[in-house]
Amino acid sequence: MAIGLAHYLAVAAILFTLGVIGIFLNRKNVIVILMSIELMLLAVNINFVAFSTHLGDLVGQVFALFVLTVAAAEAAIGLAILVVYFRNRGTIEVDDINMMKG
Amino acid sequence: MLQTIAFYLFSGVLIGAATMVVVARNPVHSVLFLILAFFNAAGLFVLMGAEFLAMLLVVVYVGAVAVLFMFVVMMLDVDFAKLRAGFANYLPIGAAIGMVLLAELVFVLGAWSVSPALPEAMALPIPDPSQVHNTKALGLVIYDDYVYVFQASGLVLLVAMVGAIVLTLREREGVKRQSIARQVARTRAEGVAVVPVESRKGVDV
Repeated sequence: MAIGLAHYLAVAAILFTLGVIGIFLNRKNVIVILMSIELMLLAVNINFVAFSTHLGDLVGQVFALFVLTVAAAEAAIGLAILVVYFRNRGTIEVDDINMMKG
Repeated sequence: MLQTIAFYLFSGVLIGAATMVVVARNPVHSVLFLILAFFNAAGLFVLMGAEFLAMLLVVVYVGAVAVLFMFVVMMLDVDFAKLRAGFANYLPIGAAIGMVLLAELVFVLGAWSVSPALPEAMALPIPDPSQVHNTKALGLVIYDDYVYVFQASGLVLLVAMVGAIVLTLREREGVKRQSIARQVARTRAEGVAVVPVESRKGVDV
């Protein structure tokens, strides 16, 4: 059985679901939540590249490149916020992030 | 045949590693499994014929993002066991929402087809790989048709860099810092004292 577009889309769907489950399971640990977001972005990228290569349009790969950029920026900012938060509060529990009572 | 084996190998390890990222007890293990997942995703990209993005995935994700995660995990002195409390409580709702989402995605996957108008709608057909390889094809496009988006993504990275530095930079008390202006403004009178020393007496400094 040849590997087609549907196979890659299925892998990406499972990966995205795992990312969502990871956010729910590790509700207290911001670091693992950030890693789960990275997994979800990776799934989106797999979708982009799969459609791009199977339908023969290069734009999908260009867009995946920009998703990659945004993912890197997001990780850097997220971890910087995490470090500052840890310095101020001494913990990274999500439940404690209610200082502003928003 | 070989391609099929490679696909199932890469995607199997990818999904296994992603599962371990989510359920691993130790966040350091999570990061290591994340790296494994990225490597296997890069393998899938190569299999699809997007070599440049595959190498970029290894360089950017494994080289930068995962190492950044590793730094932060090891730098923060956090009791990770305490953070895991309630993991089992969240398991049913997490699994339920995950299953619902997966079912939705499977429905989308099943009821999906390529429009017959696709060849006209195609923006940039991929050139023949034997003539123009993937990296060159992307390079011809990015710096030409998508130059503004490319510049904007550079700006995003710049803002992220400045933001991360501004957030984490702090002035600590009691740390000696170099002040160039003060060094340059020093005169000879401040730095040197000429003391006539009597023989066999020495000086008090």
